[in-house]
Amino acid sequence: MTLLVRASAAEEPSCYSRAVNEWVCADYVRDRQSEILDATVQHVAITLASVALGILIAFPMALAARRFPRLEASVLGVSTGIYTVPSLALFPLLVPFTGLTPTTVVIGLALYALTILVRAMLEGLRAVPDDIVESARGLGYGATRLLFRVELPLAIPVIMAGLRVATVSTVALTTVGSLVAYGGLGNLIRDGVSTNFRAELFTAAVLCVALAVLLDVLIVLAQRVLTPWTRGVRA
Amino acid sequence: MTVFTDMWAYLTDAGNWTGSGGMLQLLLQQLLLTFTALALACGLGLPVALWLGHLGRGGFLAINISNVGRAVPTFALLALFVTADFPGTDTLGPYGRAGLATLLALTLFALPPIITNAYVAVREVPDDVVQAADGMGMSGRQRFARVELPLALPLVLSGVRLALVQVWATATIAALVAGPGLGRVITDGFFRTNYGKGLAGAVVVAVVALALELLAAAVQRLARPVPAGQSPGRSPGGSGGGSTGGDHGSVSASERIDPAAAEH
Repeated sequence: MTLLVRASAAEEPSCYSRAVNEWVCADYVRDRQSEILDATVQHVAITLASVALGILIAFPMALAARRFPRLEASVLGVSTGIYTVPSLALFPLLVPFTGLTPTTVVIGLALYALTILVRAMLEGLRAVPDDIVESARGLGYGATRLLFRVELPLAIPVIMAGLRVATVSTVALTTVGSLVAYGGLGNLIRDGVSTNFRAELFTAAVLCVALAVLLDVLIVLAQRVLTPWTRGVRA
Repeated sequence: MTVFTDMWAYLTDAGNWTGSGGMLQLLLQQLLLTFTALALACGLGLPVALWLGHLGRGGFLAINISNVGRAVPTFALLALFVTADFPGTDTLGPYGRAGLATLLALTLFALPPIITNAYVAVREVPDDVVQAADGMGMSGRQRFARVELPLALPLVLSGVRLALVQVWATATIAALVAGPGLGRVITDGFFRTNYGKGLAGAVVVAVVALALELLAAAVQRLARPVPAGQSPGRSPGGSGGGSTGGDHGSVSASERIDPAAAEH
């Protein structure tokens, strides 16, 4: 017994060795830097791709729902329906079609982001005051120009609020993608659980939350840049 | 698509449902987990949120807890719980392996929507109704119990409903740490490349999620002070329902609360 203790003391075990297994460990972060970086990059890539795909699908859906009021109930109904399907169930549902690829995760997460974004877009466009739309028409704006030059800019605050919710929840949900081995930081969390590796688990979890906060702040900043008029009013 | 025939075969084989580790047992386990976590979250969150709403304080906290909750992945939380010395992976009665860890993670997950909605619900009670209650000489407690609570109930319930379906869906994640519930069927089938089985588990979870959503919607409709479809403004006193806030009060408030409740 004494022999063992002396041996390990001589080696000076790092804080992430099996015997110590500390939660917070700077040595781990330094030694596995590239692994952590790769996972983070994958996490960001999957999140951004999912949200972008979500926006691309949500936009025409919102426009169609606005144009044809009869569609609106079914569009909202379908998007609510998607949200009740758990992510852990959705990925396996997609695997027969898309295989064990990042595509599976991106499509699944885009579907979730979509449900939030469609609602936000519809609400934002609806919140544009009628008299503004009418005066734009009076100035000779066609439907397309009206949408892009008048309605969308005015809807930005509401749409951005939806985008923030969608992005933050996508960052969190990406971890579940570890089920198909593409979960970014989720892969580290998963590995941390199965090998009882506390430093890895804790670092990945903290990075995940930090990433969500960072993206949230970036969107708020983007909104400030995109809607300079709201700042003028407040000041 | 042999996957779908496999799935159907798995679903229709009675042997897969019965016995220890069968889908029926896992289903009940997950329902038990869901409702216990929801009850815990309601017991912890509702009193605090309603009280804060009544006082009109702590709004920043009550609103932002939702944003924080969204940013923390439940999987990460669950993983931390399971790996820590407490609660660890200990089996908890009928909740199965890592039962306590799953229960804690799900309760924390359910708290934000419940707290935020309950707080907003009480704050949304129109000022004139609150003033009328004060004018009638109601004490703070009376105002809360007889006016604010009945009027806030639909929105409070919609928060609980939201949490119910989300907790049920999220409970499957327990399988990622070899915990209890139907997620097991999904991950099992998945890792043994028995996609039919995985798909079967996914379908059962989705179907129950939809059933819970419909059930919760029905319960919520029962609790509405004015039945939906009836235009509240034009028929005051037509059906004040179970609310004790006075007919006029309940009518004008439900008018204001309804669109908010429909958002969820």
